[in-house]
Amino acid sequence: MVSLDLLANAVVAGILLGGFYAAVSLGVSIAFGLLDVVNIAHPVFVILGSYAVYVTNTAFGLDPIVAGIVFTPVFYGIGVVVYRIYYVSFEKKGQESLRGLVFFFGVLFIVEVGLTLKYGVDYRLVEAQYIGESLRFGPVGIALRLLVPCVVAVLLTLVLYLYLAKTFVGRAIKAVSQDSLALRLMGADPVKVKDVAFGIAIATASLAGALLIMIGPVEPSMNREYIGRVFAVAVLGGMGSIGGTFLAAVIIGVAESLTSTFFGPSWAVAVSFGVLLLALAVRPAGLFGS
Amino acid sequence: MTADGFLEVENVTKRFGGFQALSSVSLHVRQGERFGLIGPNGSGKTTLINCISGTLRNDAGRIVFEGHDLTAVPAHRRTRLGIARSFQIPKPFASMTVRDNLTIPLEYAARAHGVDATEQARAILRLMGLEAKAHAAAATLTQIEMRKLELGRAMAAKPKLLVADEAMAGLSSAEVDDILDILFQLNARGITIIMIEHIMRAVMRFCERIAVLDAGEKIAEGGPEAILANAAVERAYLGQ
Amino acid sequence: MRGRTFGVVVIGMVLAGVLFTRLGANQYYYFAAYVILQYVVLATAWNILGGYTGYVNFGTAAFFALGAYTSVVLIKGFAAPLPVLLAAGAAVAGLLGLGIGYLTLRLRGVFFSIATLALAVVLQTMVINWDYVGGARGISVVRPGRLPFFGSYVEFLFAVMLLLAIFAIAVAWWIETSRIGRGLAAIRDNEEAAECMGVPTLRLKLIATTVSGSLMGVAGAPFPYYVTFVEPSSAFNLDYAVNSLAMPMIGGTTTWVGPVIGAILLGTTQQVATVTISSALNLLIVGIILVAFVILAPDGILGLVQRLKGGARA
Repeated sequence: MVSLDLLANAVVAGILLGGFYAAVSLGVSIAFGLLDVVNIAHPVFVILGSYAVYVTNTAFGLDPIVAGIVFTPVFYGIGVVVYRIYYVSFEKKGQESLRGLVFFFGVLFIVEVGLTLKYGVDYRLVEAQYIGESLRFGPVGIALRLLVPCVVAVLLTLVLYLYLAKTFVGRAIKAVSQDSLALRLMGADPVKVKDVAFGIAIATASLAGALLIMIGPVEPSMNREYIGRVFAVAVLGGMGSIGGTFLAAVIIGVAESLTSTFFGPSWAVAVSFGVLLLALAVRPAGLFGS
Repeated sequence: MTADGFLEVENVTKRFGGFQALSSVSLHVRQGERFGLIGPNGSGKTTLINCISGTLRNDAGRIVFEGHDLTAVPAHRRTRLGIARSFQIPKPFASMTVRDNLTIPLEYAARAHGVDATEQARAILRLMGLEAKAHAAAATLTQIEMRKLELGRAMAAKPKLLVADEAMAGLSSAEVDDILDILFQLNARGITIIMIEHIMRAVMRFCERIAVLDAGEKIAEGGPEAILANAAVERAYLGQ
Repeated sequence: MRGRTFGVVVIGMVLAGVLFTRLGANQYYYFAAYVILQYVVLATAWNILGGYTGYVNFGTAAFFALGAYTSVVLIKGFAAPLPVLLAAGAAVAGLLGLGIGYLTLRLRGVFFSIATLALAVVLQTMVINWDYVGGARGISVVRPGRLPFFGSYVEFLFAVMLLLAIFAIAVAWWIETSRIGRGLAAIRDNEEAAECMGVPTLRLKLIATTVSGSLMGVAGAPFPYYVTFVEPSSAFNLDYAVNSLAMPMIGGTTTWVGPVIGAILLGTTQQVATVTISSALNLLIVGIILVAFVILAPDGILGLVQRLKGGARA
């Protein structure tokens, strides 16, 4: 029954990985799904988060998750600034589709190359007591470096879900792209609402970056393989649905983990892109979309 | 069906997910007719003309134009067969000049080339009163000019049937008369016109026959007076 | 007017090329000029779909690499000569282009762009797992022996790429000045209106994706002989995607001249920067120039020139 153990381990690892993918994808779900802002640079902000955590961890021994939370205000600020530039230069002029996309492509490139210049292409990692540990449940082993990020991701998903569902600003964010009339009736300025929402989207990248560098070593060009993954999750999750995003992320995580276990890790990257291509071609509204 | 077989819409049905946009709508439009299509917002008018022009495919029923079953015919081929439309929200080719906007349908639908196309474009611009704007960028036009370009571009496709989707929305009373005047002229040249409109004054003045849609169903059809007198139409508009 | 500019550019390129070979320049210059010309082809190819038609392709690297790996297979399996490699690279990448053309049926705007990016990664993964062409480790390719008329094989490759660049520009020029080009512009401005005005949008988009893809493939076909060692990370390099869209954006996307100006300017800057500064820094410069242009001069250098001219006239 070796293969059954293998299967169980692969599924468990996939679920944990998927939880983490949700953390990386939430920002895209908000920006892309709710604001119609195609931020393909989101994964590179996650990498930026990883490096911020790496620097504070090596310099001050700060716990990666604490560091990730500490940096969220900074990333929120970056998000607001990036959105402002995007809004003034593209969205206001109605040129967001082509040029806005190219803008984010350029931002992706600048951040990635900037990190490469400063830190090189070497893999970086962080220290924390619990990172090497692992729990065992019969034949199934659970590494804490996977479990902790998944738990944090679940908490992050819950917080965002409640924020969007229960608070005034959260509901305004949900209304901003669909129903500008309702928004005006609420007395909210759409641009300010989008400021906040995009700020939050980028702020999640800081925490997601902390989780990423806990799971494994990080180097600047890694963001590219996440582009397909996060958009696969966002599209599959039904564009802007927080719960859908989490489910889709877990599905992708399990699919990748199974592929990796049974066909080899070099195929795993193609899974999410393949799923994305399929989802785009067959069902652009996503699995959980209307 | 006793019509002359110009445009036959037979039991056309269209659903979007669970929403029934059109349920078994039938119309027959005669050649040279001025036909009106009215109904409250969301009653399916635009969906129906999207099915006629081919930008949407109907789920059931069929549309026959001059003996051609249009079911499997893509929109650009319908234009070449002689069905042209204007859009409710003008959709000009914004990067081109006003004249180049006409060149597209002239070249692709009316098969006019070179000097011939230039001449025809000029004639249409004259008819629309847009001569002075021939070399202006389409994106710089005013609301009324944009509406005229929208109609002029449809005209450049040399249609037998012109579908004008709310060509007068947002215009002043004088401007409405201006557009009506153009539409009468086109009709006098033998072009059949289907007018979708909210401005009742314009519909009543222009149309010989009117069909009323409500919630995806045809609830009435007849001459302007008959429609005005129709109780069902009144209910649909006043909401009981 | 346009025709004359086109003629002048073509003759200028041929003369410059011939002069270049007669000067017996340092081998390095051939390498550098080859790269710049390769970018002329890629930028021109990208612009046929991106600039003329309005569909942003992030997957240039996929088409380029497909051309390169088609050559690897043909060299390894059949020792095929270069003209066959060029034709095969164009054909295979053109087929992929036709495929993504059908994607435009369902995917508009950003969804299309993301799909092309996904395509590049899927293709790269397949190559990494394909041992025949060297997998992730890469494969070395031996250049054919010396040729008459040319001092070295690199000199010959330079001449080939010069011809390909001229060919690509000629194709772009032809499309742009023909009815097809006007139809593509209508699709870019408003696809629904274009279709309703009689433009066969699907057929034109298929032409655009196929021609664009096959030009990218043909640019990649001589790549194995140029580098002599092909690995997935170099053939699928994201730099191709960034440069091939940055160059038209910087030059101007509405005419064939834009990508040429952009490729020559940006390509030369990068070649100089790689030698004098560092290759990472030169990429940073590309990124910054791209973002600066897209924000400040959205119509590129040609747009700036036109604005200046218009200002002088007014």
